Amino acid sequence: MSGALSFHFDVDGENFTMAGQASVQVKKNLRRLGLPPEVIRRVSIAMYEGEINMVIHAGGGHAEVVVAEDAIEIVLQDNGPGIANIEQAMQAGFSTAPDAIRSLGFGAGMGLPNMKRYTDEMDIQSEVGRGTRITMRVLLEN
Amino acid sequence: MTVRELIQQTQWPTAALPAADREITGVYMGDLLSWVMGRAKESDAWITIMSNNNIVAVATLADTACIILAEGVTPDPGVAALAEQKGVNILCSPVGAYETARLLSEYL
Ligand SMILES: Nc1ncnc2c1ncn2[C@@H]1O[C@H](COP(=O)(O)OP(=O)(O)OP(=O)(O)O)[C@@H](O)[C@H]1O
Ligand SMILES: [Mg+2]
Repeated sequence: MSGALSFHFDVDGENFTMAGQASVQVKKNLRRLGLPPEVIRRVSIAMYEGEINMVIHAGGGHAEVVVAEDAIEIVLQDNGPGIANIEQAMQAGFSTAPDAIRSLGFGAGMGLPNMKRYTDEMDIQSEVGRGTRITMRVLLEN
Repeated sequence: MTVRELIQQTQWPTAALPAADREITGVYMGDLLSWVMGRAKESDAWITIMSNNNIVAVATLADTACIILAEGVTPDPGVAALAEQKGVNILCSPVGAYETARLLSEYL
């Protein structure tokens, strides 16, 4: 990945109402780079879902977006509670979001499925009590 | 039609109108944000009753043409200013989601 461009964000775990700002910033940056709109949309949506998950479920974390020649890679890392059953978490409709969060419109259990759907590759590494690391890639066609 | 033309037709009040010339090409209705993220298409008018800050980020990232708050719902404090700043149009429809969508389908 030599010559690749990367953006780093600290995602605040306290502020639900302003959540998603890193994704909004990434969208802006990718636009400035002149990437295809469909690619930008897929990256922004996948990153937003991951960013929100870190805020809601993990008390915040870090996001890294790398723009390489052949792909855009998004890495989301947190030191939250981890995901005990990844297969279950990936199912559409599965959610442990508390009521207060649901009342804001979250908790449909569609975030992880959206991340999978909008990216070409997705890998989840998670350890209960230690945290979660999600890597997603959207491939660029030349 | 554009958001501006929709407003001319419906006379719906606006809470934020930073991008009036955006073209509306479809409609998506829903309140659960991850559904909207996953299913709304670019340039859709998004009908919802959710009125908190998060709708602005969702509309920005899903690239909808505008948010239409149905049922006479008004945005929470600070949301209109945020939307204005982020380039997100917010309209306030006095009627329910179904009636709002029905009117849209007449005009689109
Ligand atoms: N970073 C994370 N740390 C710990 N648990 C997580 C994390 N991300 C997801 N989860 C778990 O996986 C479940 C499913 O996540 P998903 O994003 O699909 O749905 P949700 O966040 O509950 O609702 P939605 O995304 O539709 O608003 C969550 O409810 C939570 O239990
Ligand atoms: Mg989620």
